[in-house]
Amino acid sequence: MDQWILTLLTFVPVLGAVVILFLPGTQKNTIRWVAMLTTLVCLALAAWLYGAYDKSNAAMQFVVKVPWIPSFNIDYHIGIDGLSVSMVLLTALISAICVPAAWSIEKGVKGYYALFLLLETGMQGVFVSLDFFLFYVFWEVMLLPMYFLVGIWGGPRKEYAAIKFFLYTLAGSVLLLLAMLAMYFNTTDPATGQNTFNMLAMMDQSNHSEWLKSGVIFGKSAALMLWVAMFLGFAIKVPLFPFHTWLPDAHVEAPTAISVILAGVLLKMGTYGILRFNYPMLPDATHYFSTFLAVIGVVNIVYGALCALAQNDLKKLVAYSSISHMGYVILGMSAFTVHGINGAVFQMFNHGTITAMLFLLVGVIYDQAHHRYIVFPNDYKDPELRGQLGFGGLWTHMPVYGSLTMVAYFAALGLPGMSGFISEALCFLGAFPVHRTLTIIGTLGVLLGAGYMLWAFQRLFMGSFNERNKDLVEVNAREVAMLVPLGILVVLLGIYPAPVLDLISASLSQLSQTLTTSGGMAAGF
Amino acid sequence: MSEAIQQAIEANLSSLSLAMPEIILSVGILLLVTIDLIVGGDKKGLMTVITVATLVAALFSVVSLYDVPAQSLFVGMLAFDPFSLFFKLLVIVTTLVVVVVGLQSSDIDNKYSEFYAVFLTVGLGGFLMASSTNLLMMYLALELVSIPSFILVGYQKQVRRSNEAALKYVVYGGVSSGIMLYGFSLLYGLTGTLDVHEIGARLSAGDVPNATLFIAATLAMAGFGYKVASVPFHFWCPDVYQGAPTPVTAFLSVAPKAVGFAMIVRFFYLGLSSFDGMTGEVLGGQWPELLAVIAAATMTLGNLTAIWQTNLKRLFAYSSIAHAGYIMMGVVMLSPSGLQAIMFYSGVYLFMNLGAFLVVILVAERTGSEDIGEYRGMGWRAPFLSASMTVFLASLTGLPPTAGFIGKVYLFASVVEGGLWWLAVVGVLNSAASLYYYWRIVRTMYLDDPEEGAEPFRVPALANACLLFLLAGTVIFGVFFTPLADLTHASNSLFIPSSEVVQAILK
Repeated sequence: MDQWILTLLTFVPVLGAVVILFLPGTQKNTIRWVAMLTTLVCLALAAWLYGAYDKSNAAMQFVVKVPWIPSFNIDYHIGIDGLSVSMVLLTALISAICVPAAWSIEKGVKGYYALFLLLETGMQGVFVSLDFFLFYVFWEVMLLPMYFLVGIWGGPRKEYAAIKFFLYTLAGSVLLLLAMLAMYFNTTDPATGQNTFNMLAMMDQSNHSEWLKSGVIFGKSAALMLWVAMFLGFAIKVPLFPFHTWLPDAHVEAPTAISVILAGVLLKMGTYGILRFNYPMLPDATHYFSTFLAVIGVVNIVYGALCALAQNDLKKLVAYSSISHMGYVILGMSAFTVHGINGAVFQMFNHGTITAMLFLLVGVIYDQAHHRYIVFPNDYKDPELRGQLGFGGLWTHMPVYGSLTMVAYFAALGLPGMSGFISEALCFLGAFPVHRTLTIIGTLGVLLGAGYMLWAFQRLFMGSFNERNKDLVEVNAREVAMLVPLGILVVLLGIYPAPVLDLISASLSQLSQTLTTSGGMAAGF
Repeated sequence: MSEAIQQAIEANLSSLSLAMPEIILSVGILLLVTIDLIVGGDKKGLMTVITVATLVAALFSVVSLYDVPAQSLFVGMLAFDPFSLFFKLLVIVTTLVVVVVGLQSSDIDNKYSEFYAVFLTVGLGGFLMASSTNLLMMYLALELVSIPSFILVGYQKQVRRSNEAALKYVVYGGVSSGIMLYGFSLLYGLTGTLDVHEIGARLSAGDVPNATLFIAATLAMAGFGYKVASVPFHFWCPDVYQGAPTPVTAFLSVAPKAVGFAMIVRFFYLGLSSFDGMTGEVLGGQWPELLAVIAAATMTLGNLTAIWQTNLKRLFAYSSIAHAGYIMMGVVMLSPSGLQAIMFYSGVYLFMNLGAFLVVILVAERTGSEDIGEYRGMGWRAPFLSASMTVFLASLTGLPPTAGFIGKVYLFASVVEGGLWWLAVVGVLNSAASLYYYWRIVRTMYLDDPEEGAEPFRVPALANACLLFLLAGTVIFGVFFTPLADLTHASNSLFIPSSEVVQAILK
């Protein structure tokens, strides 16, 4: 089992997709159940993995290494450490929740679930790959299903949103490709004496060539330029200001389940990439960019929050809140302290669960009301509604929905007792000793976060009930079944965060160690 | 004197056995022409069988020659080496696919024997282009490809566009080969020889003004650039591609381009550098810089112009210009990895580009138009056809897990290895930008709803088989490319005379 668990986690979804392709398109419910079953199997495998993972071991576990393309020294090389195991668990969880979230889709069900499962394979593959080439293949493989899922099943501006997402991400990826090739030519595998795509070999600086230390690209240090190339590839995915503009479009147009995947898992790939590639492979360059990272993080926090405040479309508000929350991750990791990096990864996990809830909750009322305006915009098609509240007073009408929303919103604004609070606090705590002023500015995000979340909550649920919405009904069992597990996780990890923190801390402490001990060369740039 | 003649005759005779593929093609061409005169009635089946048999025989003959050591044939006119064998393979496979695809197209109305004979002549010219090591031979080979191509392009006598395309092709071909000849004559004047190996040896020994050499190389590039459709000799390309019968367009976009690159490699690597198979010094003018600029300009112009096209044949014309730019990056590098990248990319380009053209042919057969609007909702009308098209387009964009991605990895790896960063950055950004226009087709197929009452779209079985073959190549070489990597590695050897021979030349 140890040999197979990661391969199974990655490729079982493809098997499910193949089964679905052979089912007749009219058997919609069978297709849905096959998809559900597939993701549940993956979730069970992930649960087993959680039990079997050795938390005290900082090194890679469940490693499999099989030659794939010998002439280019490419291996099928997979394995996980604390950083990736948390993401693998998150992916399995969010994927399983997204299957019922798309239950009501009637158009092209077969294609939808086949692509969705292919997407899950891509995501898991990204998190388990230990070969740069393999990683890149998975990283790109995700784009195709994502394009179709947004483009075919999305909202009114789906074509624009889908191609924008695709172009932005691809533009970043191709720079990553160049960095990958440069790393390949400048890393020697100590075992074979040849160039290698082995990420573990790349993380050991003694395997790097002389050129990587002292070479020059466009008049700048090669290490710095490669760091920037990789960073751009990942930053677009996070997305970091000013590359974030694809995100509101894609989130708003995507169907609910895909928004959940986008925010819950895909954004994490950006920060995962920075922690997996930039940090351990080019630690000196990372040191050089420490303040830059903190600044970008703070810009993301404040800018995202301000944009969220200005939105009258609920889904756009959640999308911008994601930008803000991913800023905490960047700020937390910018200082290289144990607290900061742990906080960053924990925030990645928590943001995955909390944002998933937020998007699912938006989906619940959007499915019924067919709009999601907090306030109708000034160019709304019905002139009488312009400037009026879209909802209001929902609490009395839909108390269960209201309570679940309250849990999610409070978690998102970082209320103590919820998981978001702990990870945000750790991020600030970790960043403060190094980037004092920036961290203080960053805490503004918490204030603004409370602002936009509570203000939205007030306009949706407080006040007098709007008779226009009298047809809205309470959340159904399927929706409760998706939301409650996430809610429990959010509260549980808020009170007792150890299950996740223990999982990630050994590997991340080592990463922090690597970064704090290097950096003597930073002056050399 | 008579002894020298005797020696030359012997050398020529002994070369014959290594020129088997060329001989087989020639026999096939003659057979087609003769039988056409003798047999009457409907000859389509018979002619196709002869053509396919000729190509298969040539294929086997090429494969069987692979382990023969590299040498010079016909007193220095041609080189026999794995490098040329690879391009011959490429030409044969392309011709085979196009012959099978051509059967699906009504563009070739009932004159199959001539069509096939002319086609095989282009293939023969391609063989010679891939192996010429003498400037005169290069010119002849180039014309042997060009002149039958003019005929193929103007094959639809009744169609004005086809005639216009043929005329444009002739004019451009004439002018550019004229310029090329002028470059060749300058080189001959400078070195006193037409043999590329001798040119290389004289240049490395002698004191030749760099500026004149650079001008000669630039002028020669006009002929090569015309063949591979690189900027600024690409203007013929869109009109010719659009006007020609679609199977011909498919052929022109792959085979002549690939052998054009083989010829560029021989001319520059052997004539204008001291390339010894591993590394080489540039002789005479900084032609790598020139080619790098041409590569960057070609891919950028091709991609940016393709964005505006709505006719798919025109779109693919510009896309093929862009791809010529990508392949040119491999030439710039003057390294074995660059050579391997050229071969690898030409190989995968065959599968993905012919695949895309096959879809265009099949759709045009049904709808009578190559307009992008015809693809509206095709994803729901012809699932397999559209899924294949999506894979081909993904491969042309360079997305994993398709062969096009691996091809780009090879190309960019050679550029990164050589440290030519600006070209690498221009290249990758171009390949990201190309997504936009390729994906417009995917978008039309899947994101737009089919027109009211549009029926499911049936594809003939033979076409489906052909599609499957090209699809398999595109996907398998994307996931497991060891076979193609090994083949291109084995083919990565140019015939280079030994140092004693070079010394003898200098004396």
